[in-house]
Amino acid sequence: MDVIFGNLDLWGEALRNTLLIFFGGAVLALILGFVVGAMRVAPVPIARVVGTLYVNLIRNTPLTLVFFFFIFGYPQLGLPKLSTTVLGILAIGIYTATYVAEVIRAGINTVPVGQAEAARAIGLPFGQVMTLVILPQAFRSVVPPMMSVFIALLKNTTVAAGFSVLELGAIRSFLSERGENALVVLLWVAVIFVVLVLLLSWLQRYLENKWRIAR
Amino acid sequence: MTSVLYDVPGPKAILRNRLLGVVTVLVVLALLGFIGYRFYESGQFDASRWYVFTFSAVWTQIFGALGRTLAAFALAGLLSLMLGFVLAIGRLSDHAWVRVPVTVITEFFRAVPVLVLMMLLYYGLPVLGVKMEPYWAVVLALMVYNGSVLAEVLRAGIESLPRGQKEAGFAIGLRKSGVMRLILLPQAIRAMLPVIVAQLVVTLKDTALGFIITYPELLYFAKQLTSQQGRPVLQSAFVIGGIYIVMCLILSGVARWLEIRTRRSPKLKGYTPDAGDRDPRLHGDGTVTEVIAMQRGSGKFDMGNGPGGV
Repeated sequence: MDVIFGNLDLWGEALRNTLLIFFGGAVLALILGFVVGAMRVAPVPIARVVGTLYVNLIRNTPLTLVFFFFIFGYPQLGLPKLSTTVLGILAIGIYTATYVAEVIRAGINTVPVGQAEAARAIGLPFGQVMTLVILPQAFRSVVPPMMSVFIALLKNTTVAAGFSVLELGAIRSFLSERGENALVVLLWVAVIFVVLVLLLSWLQRYLENKWRIAR
Repeated sequence: MTSVLYDVPGPKAILRNRLLGVVTVLVVLALLGFIGYRFYESGQFDASRWYVFTFSAVWTQIFGALGRTLAAFALAGLLSLMLGFVLAIGRLSDHAWVRVPVTVITEFFRAVPVLVLMMLLYYGLPVLGVKMEPYWAVVLALMVYNGSVLAEVLRAGIESLPRGQKEAGFAIGLRKSGVMRLILLPQAIRAMLPVIVAQLVVTLKDTALGFIITYPELLYFAKQLTSQQGRPVLQSAFVIGGIYIVMCLILSGVARWLEIRTRRSPKLKGYTPDAGDRDPRLHGDGTVTEVIAMQRGSGKFDMGNGPGGV
């Protein structure tokens, strides 16, 4: 426990940065993922092509390489300076957006076609078909896989450790300068992640049960 | 295309769709144009930045690094498949003293980030006097992580099989091991093949984490290239990224091929066509919804199993 209470300042900042990257990345991934997901089911062929290209290119690139692009490559472009944390949020958000887009697409596709056809048959316009019939049903089947995406996102924040962002994955190198035992530090990091992931999976199960529908 | 969302477009909708298409093209072009302009302004297209890639020595080194990436991937993939089987069978065991520890181990390794596992092996274990090469840290970390993920995939596959399969196995006098080996596993593997290959893609991408614990793989080499004259940071990222994308697309292609192959097979009956012969597997115009419903029935589509890892 000395490892933690002796260095509360570093642990605090590391946890703060991890959560910052997690929530920042989640918000960015949700917004971007929603747009791309909508593009992938759109009736406009060119939008589908763009969405598919984006998903296939980014999904098949290692996250470490996406980080590489942003942290080392971005400063080369002479654009306004951003902190490594913000660049990390951009990298992880753009990467995770592809998974969010796929989840949204799959969610919309799990709604039986008959539901939409019935809605149209009773004369609902497109807006009401979406907001009253399709999205509420899609939303429920989207929640569990979406939480899995967020769990992966949380674990992926550690990749920022390779790019000198002080978060939980990087805390070992900071603490070993203070002469702490690397094994103990890393075991604590592992425990923290297990707790955070358990928290998220509990939330996943709770939401799943709350919004379950019989089909 | 039949979709939940849209009807066959009428004249008004066609016009609107065309308009949306034009807007999409404009937005994408503006974005690409801006990025290209910034590249041009900061001299990223200069020949001096790409100069490094004209040397055959550099390419020899890239292929060497590619070899080390593939070496880590091959062994990690193989070992994680083996571990996955062991953990899946252990978790389905009738004996609580096997089931409970295996469950705890699986859940633990699934919850800890791969990078932290790698660091534990590479920086943590030397404290106890166990030293290992970065290669082994990468391989072992990937093995335990992907092994536990695959274990869950296999377990989901086995549990999605109809109960009658197991009962029939016992009825013809097989023991537990025989039922598992001859009846349950072959069906589960077959239904789960696409997911298993998808997890292998994740494993391949995760080898890039080895760069952080100084394993000299592709990304590590890209980092080294950035110290060259002209600092080709973005250029080496593009080249290495291209290599990764091609490798992953090949693996995903294998997954898709396997999926189509198993779908065509008459032996795999997870879906009973209700009205006539409208089996979505056999009709190109079958909606995605129907195919997913079918895959769900045969245990191929596991909602709870999102993308794991990096």
